Amino acid sequence: MVDYFFLVLSVMTVGASIIALESRELVYGAISLAVSLLGIAGFFILLDAPFLAMLQILVFVGAVSVLIIFVVMLVRREKWVSVPSGYGRVAGLLVSILLIAGVGYLAMNSGIATMLPSSNSVPSYVDIGIKLLSDYWLPLQILGLVLASAVIGALTLAKLEGAEQ
Amino acid sequence: MEPLFNYFFVSLLLFAIGVYGLISKRNVLRLLFAVEIIINAATLNFVAFSRYLPAPSASGQVFVVFAIALAAAEAAAGLAIILVAFRLNKDVDIRELRRLRG
Repeated sequence: MVDYFFLVLSVMTVGASIIALESRELVYGAISLAVSLLGIAGFFILLDAPFLAMLQILVFVGAVSVLIIFVVMLVRREKWVSVPSGYGRVAGLLVSILLIAGVGYLAMNSGIATMLPSSNSVPSYVDIGIKLLSDYWLPLQILGLVLASAVIGALTLAKLEGAEQ
Repeated sequence: MEPLFNYFFVSLLLFAIGVYGLISKRNVLRLLFAVEIIINAATLNFVAFSRYLPAPSASGQVFVVFAIALAAAEAAAGLAIILVAFRLNKDVDIRELRRLRG
């Protein structure tokens, strides 16, 4: 039996991501992207990962979408409304349809078509925290450095631009 | 619950939409949207496959924590670059940003 919650979530997520790329106004596209990211958080809840759902809402829906909407407002121009797209659109559609058909065919003939979840206990917050600080302590440190360098890099870019003018 | 294929198919659809956007769009911000969609398709796959293991482990979720943090860093740096490029070139069409071309 197909769960209706799953059906609604998938239609919402896929539809919102199509609108994000195809809407005429870029601001609506950014808001639609936020809806799509929210749908992914819903899938995480369905998959018994509430911690990731919280993180997804916090980081993507809360921070990244607001950042994107802010930038869209800053660089908004009327010119974008009529960017021609003929040849590239056909090529993109062709590649994505081939991708869906090929990978979908392979997956349908593999074991995942009928795989059902095991009834063993699912990992909790505690397991994630222990894994993060025992097995994955080095990637965690590097991740901190990457985040710091990304923030410093973004600030430097903005500041260099200000000094130039 | 659903069979694993349903989650995989949603993730595949999102990935294909992202690839379509990367190929066909010329607006830099739309390219960033497409990259975000692709990253989310990947994280959805990570969580789904780790949930459907015979013994669900926390490793898949830890990978998604890393992926979400990296995506946030990517968005911050990418948006800063877009802003600078827009101020320098007065345009966000990817075909007009050819200052670095040899």
